[in-house]
Amino acid sequence: MSRSALGRVAAWVRAHPIAAFTVFFAAFPFLVPYQSLATQVLIFGLFALGFNLLYGYTGLLSFGHAAYYGLGAYGTGIALAKLKVTSLWLALGIGLGTAVVGGACIGFFCLRRRGIYFAMLTLAFAQMLYFVAFHAAELTGGDDGLRGIPLHALGLPGGSLSLRDPLAFYFFAYVLVVLAVAGLKRILDSPFGAVLQAIRENGDRAVACGYDVNRIKLLSFVFSALFAGLAGGLDALRLTVVPVDALYWSTSGQVVIMTLLGGAGTFFGPFVGAATFLILADRLSIFIEAWPIVIGVIFMAFVLFLPKGIWGTLLEKIG
Amino acid sequence: MLDVPLSALAAQAFTGLVLGGIFVLMAIGLSLIFGLMTVVNFAHGSFYMLGAYVAFSVMGLTKSFWASLVLAPLVVGALGLVVERFLIRRLYGRGPDDPLLLTFGLSLAMVEGAKLVWGKIGLTVDPPKQLAAAVNLGFMNFPVYRLFVIAVTAAVLVALWLFLAKTNVGLIIRAGTRDPLMVRALGIDLNRIWLLVFGLGIAMAGLAGVLAGPMRGVYAEMGVEIIIDSFVVVVVGGMGSLAGAIVAGLLMGEVVSLTTFFAPKLAEIVIFIVMAIVLLVRPSGLFGEAGLAE
Repeated sequence: MSRSALGRVAAWVRAHPIAAFTVFFAAFPFLVPYQSLATQVLIFGLFALGFNLLYGYTGLLSFGHAAYYGLGAYGTGIALAKLKVTSLWLALGIGLGTAVVGGACIGFFCLRRRGIYFAMLTLAFAQMLYFVAFHAAELTGGDDGLRGIPLHALGLPGGSLSLRDPLAFYFFAYVLVVLAVAGLKRILDSPFGAVLQAIRENGDRAVACGYDVNRIKLLSFVFSALFAGLAGGLDALRLTVVPVDALYWSTSGQVVIMTLLGGAGTFFGPFVGAATFLILADRLSIFIEAWPIVIGVIFMAFVLFLPKGIWGTLLEKIG
Repeated sequence: MLDVPLSALAAQAFTGLVLGGIFVLMAIGLSLIFGLMTVVNFAHGSFYMLGAYVAFSVMGLTKSFWASLVLAPLVVGALGLVVERFLIRRLYGRGPDDPLLLTFGLSLAMVEGAKLVWGKIGLTVDPPKQLAAAVNLGFMNFPVYRLFVIAVTAAVLVALWLFLAKTNVGLIIRAGTRDPLMVRALGIDLNRIWLLVFGLGIAMAGLAGVLAGPMRGVYAEMGVEIIIDSFVVVVVGGMGSLAGAIVAGLLMGEVVSLTTFFAPKLAEIVIFIVMAIVLLVRPSGLFGEAGLAE
């Protein structure tokens, strides 16, 4: 493809990001080695999208996003497995509600400190939830994870759809993720989104302009938890199990790595990063048992030499 | 709850002092590095883990705990010098998130690297024969090794205080914490000071790992567990404050230890509850100055 043709494609993607996203991910399951990997990319891309709203756009580095992903997963899973909810929509709604309430509470505490403390606090509160889930075995299954989540047929107007087929599940997740991506775009394009980016660039100036910066940060935190919670709820349905590691620091670390590999503060960076991470991990684990070493080294190289990530650097090169 | 034997309570309080000592060694290194360089070192816990593993290997080679007690912190500290010189130094001037992210990647690689070298299964380390017994303190029996850990922690703290308060280099470090630009204007090469302080902090993490090994076992994830606890200590004490690191470290050691005694299920959660309370009542930490690196 010539440079100008590439430029035209890039210009179209930039002008119609949601359409581009919809088209690309409709074809995506047929481009990867197996379909469950495509679903994973979609779900973790959504998780990273939520993280990116907070880190990339608001400038708040959270090292504890496993908390909201895990709350979404446990909320959805417990609704189906323990509360015997039969509607997937209701179960996902309960998961989202859990993540949002958790995000609001933890966000309130973490936002009492700024800067580098924020990262440490988010990590600490997420680890606290991990221990709570670990010990509350009657509710969460503890160390064994929450098992036996029934994957009921999805209720739709005029019928129901079984999600047992991987491709059917992919497109169920796809519809929700496209809606979430469109929602995020709407948030970022709103005056609220502009204030988020103003806070990232210069918090003091945003205060001086009369914005209630702490309230806006908390709102961004809650939105971010909402996306992470939806990702967690979908993953609970995908796996029909919630491992207690969903709340572990390594899950928080994964979403940080994905977002930075793809490009923090770019719209599609999180999905590019999730795809890179998951496909890399999938291929690497065939050859090396200790594949996280390779990921760790690649991540360090990105922080040092390519801080804009893959997508951010590409955008810069194409101009 | 009130008819607990006093001696058992005293023993638990003493155990808390030992755990607190480990927290203090970790938090002081973190705080020192942060105060001077505004670098939050996520890999601090992984150097603690490395200290424990290197001590295990040195003990295997030399059959001497004492050799490992001296050599392991030196080896780990030397590695810390390399990390500062070739990785972290590249990030000065980029804002505090980048060193945190870099050291997170480093810590991920170190945890997996340790599993490759020393295996996935945790190791147990025996305390040296001279310290294996228990001593009668009058009201209870207490393992000598734990008293030894308290003594080493205290000795390191005194040495560090003398170094910072009485030597020229210590004076430069304190000045560099206050106003690095002015120190540079006086013609002092701060790069060498940063290198030294980073190596010193890492060596203390390594020492904490060596000391913790015989009490808590040696396993690859031990580093990430202690770094989260250390972050909590530093938030409670106030980042950059050495007094805060000591007080909060000992306090958290006691809190964990006494909770283990009264409500074992809460032991892993209680420090986060204390942290939340401190955040509500005194957001800048017990000894923190509001606004520092915020």
